[in-house]
Amino acid sequence: MTGGGARIWALHAAVLVVVFAAQYWLSPYHATNLARIMVLAVFAMGYNLAFGYTGLLSLGHALLLAAGMYAASIPAQLWGWTAGPALIAGIAAGGLMAGAVGLLALRTAGVSFMIVTLMFAQAGFLTILYFAPVTGGDDGFALPAASRTILGFSLATDTPRFLAAFGLFASGLLASLALVRSSFGRTMVAMRENEERSRMLGYNPFTVKLAALVISGLYAGGAGAAWALLFGYAGASFASIQYSILPMLYVLLGGAGTVLGPFLGAVLMFYLIEFASDLTSAYLFIVGLALVILVLFAPKGILGTIRERWARWLP
Amino acid sequence: MAFGPFLLLALMEGLVTAAVLALAAAGLSLVFGVMRVVNVAHGEFYMLGAILAWVVASVVPGPPAVGFVAALVIAPVLVGALAAAADGLILKRLHYDPEATIVATIGLLYMIQQATLSLYGPNANPVPAPFEWRIQLPWFGYSGYKLFVVLAAGVVLLALWIFMRRTKAGLIMRATQVDRTTARSFGINVDLVYMGTFALGAGLAALAGVLIVPIQQAQYLMGGDPLLLSFIVVIIGGLGSLRGTLIAALVIGLSDGTISMFFTPTLAKIIATLLVAMVLVFRPQGLFGARA
Repeated sequence: MTGGGARIWALHAAVLVVVFAAQYWLSPYHATNLARIMVLAVFAMGYNLAFGYTGLLSLGHALLLAAGMYAASIPAQLWGWTAGPALIAGIAAGGLMAGAVGLLALRTAGVSFMIVTLMFAQAGFLTILYFAPVTGGDDGFALPAASRTILGFSLATDTPRFLAAFGLFASGLLASLALVRSSFGRTMVAMRENEERSRMLGYNPFTVKLAALVISGLYAGGAGAAWALLFGYAGASFASIQYSILPMLYVLLGGAGTVLGPFLGAVLMFYLIEFASDLTSAYLFIVGLALVILVLFAPKGILGTIRERWARWLP
Repeated sequence: MAFGPFLLLALMEGLVTAAVLALAAAGLSLVFGVMRVVNVAHGEFYMLGAILAWVVASVVPGPPAVGFVAALVIAPVLVGALAAAADGLILKRLHYDPEATIVATIGLLYMIQQATLSLYGPNANPVPAPFEWRIQLPWFGYSGYKLFVVLAAGVVLLALWIFMRRTKAGLIMRATQVDRTTARSFGINVDLVYMGTFALGAGLAALAGVLIVPIQQAQYLMGGDPLLLSFIVVIIGGLGSLRGTLIAALVIGLSDGTISMFFTPTLAKIIATLLVAMVLVFRPQGLFGARA
């Protein structure tokens, strides 16, 4: 993964240019879809930093998404915060929640880690239902239009919404690229590959994994807040187990441990689900089938396979 | 109703929950113990058992008892066959890697749930109890069928215990659990043991589903709660320890029955979930101290 700096940055810049230009030739319907995909991709990129690079298979990332979503939308609802401060609150809440969960859950590893994160997320989901008067429970609530503004632009209109989603996505992608190419990024991979050996080399696995989880939480919180602010709705369903599975699916499809994989996975899965929803109400069947096929036949995902066969330099 | 009888009613309801839970959790625990596989689709096998009970009951003519007895045999066998197929087609090819099998069984969960939604529909359907018989206590009447469920679960669990402890097949399963490489070098067909274990575990869940369906209606989303509770039971009892699982099922079932009569169920679930997460964090071998 070392070397090839210029080529790598050029590739990612090119992807960003294409995504940015897409708003000019896509129909408004697909442009809005792309904005949704970009927000989901930010969530998946955060998941990828924990799972793909650090090897932390969490089944509770919906909790972090929901933490960001409610930390942004409750102040917007009650005190009329605008999008800027609400987004910052959401990102911070995602990081804080990840830190709190990590302090406890990282005492376990492997299967226990998966179950503990699942349990925490389930407790979070039930807590949101329990405080239904504030959170809206299962029905959720619509955010007031007045708080969905940033720098005077309304996020309820197409162009500012697309640009805001793109801004978040681009900064997330570049930060993730810079992170995995840094020495800390290599330490994260070392935790995934061989924790004992990294410990012998003098790294503290607990702090490295906690830091990776918190960074992952910042992404998830940002995505949750952005979803609420851009699309005007917050609800308990975003804390359900399904939203812990989705980023895992995106990452597995696109390629775990690749920078562009989460976005690619999100695009493909989003349209696959959309296509399947037209045919049947049981579109989750497709999600299940995709999961099984991926772990069976392509555990490295699309970009992981490409990297293995043809492009060793792909980060 | 006075407090005493009210508590008795709560305990009796809790005992029924505990009995069904013990069956489902024993299946989960068996699969985890022998195969080291966390089967997230376990709740769906329970749901399939209930749905198949409804199908069998509506196909088989005659009094409800005939259909019920038929379902008791047919549903676990069919679900066990499905599980064996899933083992051969999916889990075996993943070499039972713990994390990959969790992802695969999540996929299996969605597929079973959604296939049921498409074929059976979103409705909840009742199945008549095999017999109508009420026990009249001084304070309230109580369904005799519910007591039958407790009894039946006890018999099945006893049979399972005898099977694991007293038969050759049980011995082979325990040997595989302790050390699969050594077991293989002694000529044990480990693949077959795994397939049988997965089918047995699923069959136990399906049996629990058949037993519960005259009390609760059959619906395609009914697998969620038993899955979570079975997880809780298996973790509290110590992963892979059958005895711990039984004790924990009693504790969880009885306390779930009583707590949800006195407090709101959501709050009770929040507390239980957090407590279990803490058990796993601070006492990974479970509360009953069996070897990890």
